[in-house]
Amino acid sequence: MFELIGIPPQALFGQLLLGLINGAFYAVLSLGLAVIFGLLNIINFTHGAQYMLGAFVAWMLLNYLGLGYWWALLLAPVIVGITGVILERTLIRRLYHLDHLYGLLLTFGLALIFTGVFKQLYGVSGLPYRAPELLSGGYNLGFMYLPNSRAFVILASVVVCFGTWFMIEKTKLGAYLRAATENPTLVSAFGINVPLLITLTYGFGVGLAAFAGVLAAPIYSVNPIMGENLIIVVFAVVVIGGMGSILGSILTGFGLGLVEGLTRVFYPEGSAVVVFVIMALVLLVKPAGLFGREI
Amino acid sequence: MKIAKALFASAAFAALATPALAVDVTIGVLNDRSGLYADLAGEGSVVATRMAIEDFDAESKDINVEVLSADHQNKPDVGSNIARQWIDTESVDVIVDVPTSSVALAVNEVVREKDKIFLASGPATSDLTGKACSPNTIHWTYDTYSLANGTGKAMVQEGGDSWFFVTADYAFGHALERDTQAVVEEAGGKVLGNVRHPLSSSDFSSFLLQAQASGAKVIGLANAGGDTINSIKQAAEFGIVQAGQSLAGLLIFSTDVAALGLETAQGLVLTNAFFADRNEDTKAFAERFKERHGKNPTMVQAGVYSSVLHYLKGVEATGSDEASKVMEWMKANPSNDPIFGEASVRKDGRHMHDMYLLKVKSPDAAQGEEDYFELLATIPAEEAFRPIEDGECEMAKQ
Repeated sequence: MFELIGIPPQALFGQLLLGLINGAFYAVLSLGLAVIFGLLNIINFTHGAQYMLGAFVAWMLLNYLGLGYWWALLLAPVIVGITGVILERTLIRRLYHLDHLYGLLLTFGLALIFTGVFKQLYGVSGLPYRAPELLSGGYNLGFMYLPNSRAFVILASVVVCFGTWFMIEKTKLGAYLRAATENPTLVSAFGINVPLLITLTYGFGVGLAAFAGVLAAPIYSVNPIMGENLIIVVFAVVVIGGMGSILGSILTGFGLGLVEGLTRVFYPEGSAVVVFVIMALVLLVKPAGLFGREI
Repeated sequence: MKIAKALFASAAFAALATPALAVDVTIGVLNDRSGLYADLAGEGSVVATRMAIEDFDAESKDINVEVLSADHQNKPDVGSNIARQWIDTESVDVIVDVPTSSVALAVNEVVREKDKIFLASGPATSDLTGKACSPNTIHWTYDTYSLANGTGKAMVQEGGDSWFFVTADYAFGHALERDTQAVVEEAGGKVLGNVRHPLSSSDFSSFLLQAQASGAKVIGLANAGGDTINSIKQAAEFGIVQAGQSLAGLLIFSTDVAALGLETAQGLVLTNAFFADRNEDTKAFAERFKERHGKNPTMVQAGVYSSVLHYLKGVEATGSDEASKVMEWMKANPSNDPIFGEASVRKDGRHMHDMYLLKVKSPDAAQGEEDYFELLATIPAEEAFRPIEDGECEMAKQ
């Protein structure tokens, strides 16, 4: 049978598709990070914990209130987003005039606190969360069996990524936002409430993390450490794409998912480090990242 | 004169009444308290240690026991540093639990060098009683050989004669894969391939897809904790079992079943050293443990209880905390507790007890909150563990 670099094309297509699905998670998460960094200049290390919170809120909605996946997809980002707004209002906004490092330390500390509290409350083994009826089956594509829940991840991620990009780059609201980060004094002179705009932006970025968490809940187990490993990879994605670049984070997210998927086929042991190898190479050649602006 | 006589008499009387002097014992519980194995060992093992001390009633026997605990973070360097520090500065006599084979192998060497005692309940690698065996270590609860032998043999006997392994890429996964492969091949099956994944992965779909493409009848999961949970969950998602392949979870703890939910976990066949519903003793122990810790004990935690109890009996009998004396007593005398009943410790440090082949119940069949397992077979100790002559343990050959 025809083989490509030692593996049958069927298996290769399967792995590419799986890579794309993981890439979808990277894209949504790194998009949230890019929005927050690009517009607020905060390196949001709490992002992984906020992703975990999204999954936990979905689980709580189901187990305490009986609200299923579709409701969670809508409500969890809002609920976690509100916690983000509270954080921004009470803690993060005090750091805008300081060095980036302070924001990083604060958000890293918050991430440890969130993770620690959930470990205490729920243990580390995780909680079961079942996919809704509509997503529980799957299709045989010929080269692989594609579970509906994973197909939905790609669909939902593409919609959310495109929507966010469109809102920031193409709408009036996005234009205000971009202007507010460039010159807040001038924008507020036009009567626009800049602090509110910034608070809502942080809340929105956090909501994106929570959205990814809800998408992950039926696929991975809902546990307090689910964000810990992922966040490091996602930061690498953001760095490779160019800190703060919206389009960069989306494209690099999907792209690196593919690369990682391929590594799992050819050299599985290396799948945990391939993203960092690429990051090192990119930083050597293009220090601002693939889509970043040279400063 | 009278006074002197009275003093002498009372001193003699006191000496007769308490033949041994008070012994100070420090037990260090070293395990994962924050990572992927924290639920199956973690604080629960400390609770089990304290229960053993209370049940033994150490205080009234003039044995002062202090318990320390620490998080080794699943890192061999962190684990061996803590062990060294405990022994050097805190006078720790015995280190218990230590899940994560790579950490256990490191601690094994520290304890040997310092001539203290290591009661290994958490780690799986059968090397602890094989080429890494030590006069200071007892491997208490289970090992990769017994897991392979239980689940592996049962699966081959049921017709699963071709295997593909999804293996955690570190000492434990490699040992489990190696031991299972040997069992499968001996039983007439063959191994078609393997894939090694990094510890603590979240996405297993790529690895499972490779396992599926191999066409093997059985996919052997040589991993543990969160990795096993995610593998099984995602195998269900990709319809691997419905398509005709079987999953063999080579190391599954009761906490893993809880995390999966019976809906996903039902039908899994696994080998365990302990399950709460085995008899009245185990049931009573599990209930007392649950009152204090909130959930049933895993086999690791139950093993910690059992090993600490036997150790304290050794201290009482020898009136000493000297490693060689206590170890000699522990190997010469049978252990007896509610967990394993009567059992013994072999020359190479293997604690010999029965193992159990279990099947996860369906949600309909389960009665009560933590009723997970149906007993398929009891594997007698001599059959469950590797024969001493096959273990490459130098010490056992003398």
